[in-house]
Amino acid sequence: MTKEYKTIRDVSGPLIFVEKTEPVGYAELVNVTLDDGSVKRGQVLDTSKDMVVVQIFEGTGGLNRGSGVRFTGETIKLPVSQDMLGRILSGSGEPLDGGPRIVPEDRWDITGAAINPYSRNPPAEFIQTGISTIDGMNTLVRGQKLPIFSGSGLPHNEIALQIARQAKVLGAEEEFSVVFAAMGITNEEAQHFMHDFERTGALERAVVFMNLADDPAVERLITPRLALTAAEYLAYEHDMHVLVILTDITNYCEALRQMGAAREEVPGRRGYPGYMYTDLASNYERAGVIKGRKGSVTQFSILSMPGDDITHPIPDLSGYITEGQIVISRELHMKGIYPPVNVLPSLSRLMNSGIGPGRTREDHKAVSDQLYAAYAEGKDLRGLVAIVGKEALSERDRKFLEFADLFEDRFVRQGMEEDRSIEETLDLGWELLSSLPEAQLTRIDNKFIEKYHPAHRGKARGEAPPRESTGDAEAEATAE
Amino acid sequence: MEVKGEIYRVSGPVVTAIGINARMYDVVKVGDDGLMGEVIGIESEKTIIQVYEDTSSVKPGEPVIDTGMPLSVELGPGLLESIYDGIQRPLPVLVEKMGDFIQRGVSASGLDHDKKWAFKPLVNKGEKVSGGDILGSVQETENIEHRILVPPLVSGVIDEIDAGTFTVDDVIGQLSDGTELKLMHYWPVRLPRPVTEKLRPTIPLITGQRIFDGLFPLAKGGTAAIPGPFGSGKTVMQQQLAKWSDAEIVVYIGCGERGNEMADVLNEFPLLEDPKTGRPLMERTVLIANTSNMPVAAREASVYTGITIAEYYRDMGYDVSLMADSTSRWAEAMREISSRLEEMPGEEGYPAYLAAKLAEFYERAGRARALCGRDGSVTVIGAVSPPGGDFSEPVTQNTLRIVKVFWALDAKLAQRRHFPAINWLTSYSLYGRVFDEWYEKNISPEWTKLRGDAMNLLQVEAELQDIVQLVGSDALPEDQQLTLEVARMVREYFLQQNAYHEVDSYCPMKNQYKMLKAILTWGEKAVAALESGVPVADILSLESKDTLAKVRFEADLDAALDTVMKKADLEFAGLRGE
Repeated sequence: MTKEYKTIRDVSGPLIFVEKTEPVGYAELVNVTLDDGSVKRGQVLDTSKDMVVVQIFEGTGGLNRGSGVRFTGETIKLPVSQDMLGRILSGSGEPLDGGPRIVPEDRWDITGAAINPYSRNPPAEFIQTGISTIDGMNTLVRGQKLPIFSGSGLPHNEIALQIARQAKVLGAEEEFSVVFAAMGITNEEAQHFMHDFERTGALERAVVFMNLADDPAVERLITPRLALTAAEYLAYEHDMHVLVILTDITNYCEALRQMGAAREEVPGRRGYPGYMYTDLASNYERAGVIKGRKGSVTQFSILSMPGDDITHPIPDLSGYITEGQIVISRELHMKGIYPPVNVLPSLSRLMNSGIGPGRTREDHKAVSDQLYAAYAEGKDLRGLVAIVGKEALSERDRKFLEFADLFEDRFVRQGMEEDRSIEETLDLGWELLSSLPEAQLTRIDNKFIEKYHPAHRGKARGEAPPRESTGDAEAEATAE
Repeated sequence: MEVKGEIYRVSGPVVTAIGINARMYDVVKVGDDGLMGEVIGIESEKTIIQVYEDTSSVKPGEPVIDTGMPLSVELGPGLLESIYDGIQRPLPVLVEKMGDFIQRGVSASGLDHDKKWAFKPLVNKGEKVSGGDILGSVQETENIEHRILVPPLVSGVIDEIDAGTFTVDDVIGQLSDGTELKLMHYWPVRLPRPVTEKLRPTIPLITGQRIFDGLFPLAKGGTAAIPGPFGSGKTVMQQQLAKWSDAEIVVYIGCGERGNEMADVLNEFPLLEDPKTGRPLMERTVLIANTSNMPVAAREASVYTGITIAEYYRDMGYDVSLMADSTSRWAEAMREISSRLEEMPGEEGYPAYLAAKLAEFYERAGRARALCGRDGSVTVIGAVSPPGGDFSEPVTQNTLRIVKVFWALDAKLAQRRHFPAINWLTSYSLYGRVFDEWYEKNISPEWTKLRGDAMNLLQVEAELQDIVQLVGSDALPEDQQLTLEVARMVREYFLQQNAYHEVDSYCPMKNQYKMLKAILTWGEKAVAALESGVPVADILSLESKDTLAKVRFEADLDAALDTVMKKADLEFAGLRGE
């Protein structure tokens, strides 16, 4: 039995300062017993011979100087088991669904060690989410970490749910297991997620960690670590492909800032602690595929940008760690388009390794580039039209302007239950591109135009009208 | 000399110890697990240590051992082909020792201590040697001869020296004062290795890439910065530089990069072929990989580890190019450690000594006469990743104040399929003038003028483009239309280069000169024709102009240029009705 200390000197926000202890390990788990017998848990933040600083996960309400502090002698561990699937746990890992406690097969340290870069396999397996703007233009691959950059009042939750429902790897039978971690979201949002998981039966292959808005902020700091530990366990011990959904990273960072302030640390940009980059990296980098292991961890986090500002430290630092981002647009949302993904600032850095012949289709990159270029041009023209009017545009420009509308209306817009295959997405892309003069499709190699362009499809190869070659060897070769 | 003290306080990666009297930057072993740390401050009897590994469950009262040595790397044969973490632990060895995840408290030496090397001595008994002298050589890889050096601070008379096969720990000889000589020695990473004298960087690093050699040359021993926005082809560019530049040794530091991207580099680099020898490029490469979630202190150390290895090969007389990707992540590591130490923050929370540290690092680049009398160089190419693409942030600004060359990688150019996507308007090189003499001797006395003309033309084009945007190119006077066209030729026929084309991938400096000269000569002829009254439309439709676009893909450039220019002469003569 470990010793109980009644030597709390100060309580400040979520922190307690304990003196006259025997040596206590850094990051150790701490149990604090209150007058009424209830127990709160905490973690050692700073330890020295004179003073130990402990952050209490459930908040310090009800604590006084007489509360008993026990140091457990071990760091925070998550009891892991395959039986976690189908369970709903609190933000600190306790059952919330009224079910029994998890009987652990093992206990894993929640900090998680860094994957040796030499052991990693570069992610390259295409994940079909059934959403055209993602599959077609910002392709997700197994082992990637791709956040949704959203804002308040936008339907990021629906998109996350749709992805969780529909995500699959082509040709593979196995479905994704989902680890869902809610950090500081409202009860209503949580209900919405839970209802959807139950409705679609997704809960059976999901582990849910809930830290709601009224749960203590400190607990938020361990919630994603618990979730990722559970994910790693399922992926690397049980060969599962795990999709981790973390929502909302912004709440996590707020908690980080709150803790930093409570510890009287020197603040960095906008008051966030200077180590936020490393802290975020220690979570995000826990996605990946390891050589010789079957399972994988793919991360899909939701991040609401304060004031839709993409240069805010949270999205900015995230963008430097994650492999791209899906940006949700308020403008599209206002137009009533779901999912309102703005493809122009969105990006998947691992897209090129996940697409092409043998993975999706040979014309994928060309179609994606062309759609991107044409839509960008169409959007630019919208700005011009606002000044000079439609009449001033050339015939060609008018086609691009119409294309932008068409693109938003047909390609971007889709139903919440609509699960488009990659073939459908690419064919839809071709259909929209065929509204442009063929000579304007400069990003696409001739041979693909002959094979896939609706105007040529079904015809024998030789019948296609001769065109000048636009294929630029360099264009393909520079794929990064 | 090991002194044992104990831990007083643990706060994340910062540990305070009492009972040792370590020197600044000495390496200490912290706690029961012997975690590696470095002394970064001394406050009366307390010693402040930054620990390179996770400190969870480390307790006050656990032992701290002062090794009495600063953070050092092992220098000797076996460095090439290695893949290290930030503190020179070979990643493949770490996988063997502790599996796929990096656990703590595991040490692994930088060199393979079991491998035997065939050593050929070059000095004799009785000869007087001093620090940095070459004792002999070992064939490290097929094409790189590893010259075994006397450790820089050692000197004396050779008492014994043996040929034979040795491990790096074996004694290969002895000085008369009893000092043992080995194939390897240690060197502290934060201390620049001494040289006889620093030389002026008057020789360009030939990369075979026209935009670099032609417009924005970098010196052997020079410094360059590249911003790396996504999709700008940074990876391809780095690989081109590694493959083709005339540096013999390549050191690549992945500092705080993404794990998945680092995995890509680690997978792809070993597959690259050295075009000059046909052997794997790895045989003259050292990779250092420290991802963003590996301990922050090791990330801070990684650039020093890299540059020390680079200096070591320079000391053998080699030209070394070092790429650090990215220095912004390194600066962030400094910021983080500084904030843990509760130092007063400077701009954007970076420590006030950021500029000094950056300058110190880049100062270790340079061409030098090594202690052994040979000339070698370390060229540093540092990537910066300004947050939000904002170049006014402190890391970019402080870097630009130091480096002499700026290669502005531009995502917009890449989207327009202009590769290499280096923006010719915002890039600069301060070496242009310095190389004049070299160009005159090795390329052509005309080169400097040609280069200036080309730059000027591109500048004029940019100004004209502003007008074209408003009124369209048809509204310009004919001579300006012609200027635009010649500028386009410079951009598309000269600046663009296909990294994947057999011939175009590497363009020797002489050929660059010939190509640029041909394009500009064509331009002069066109201007002459225009002045004699030929309409601009006729000039622009000449066939020789389009043929000129293809010469860069010709294996026999001279013949191709000869044909084109003869044709051009005929065509222009035809236009003037001769």
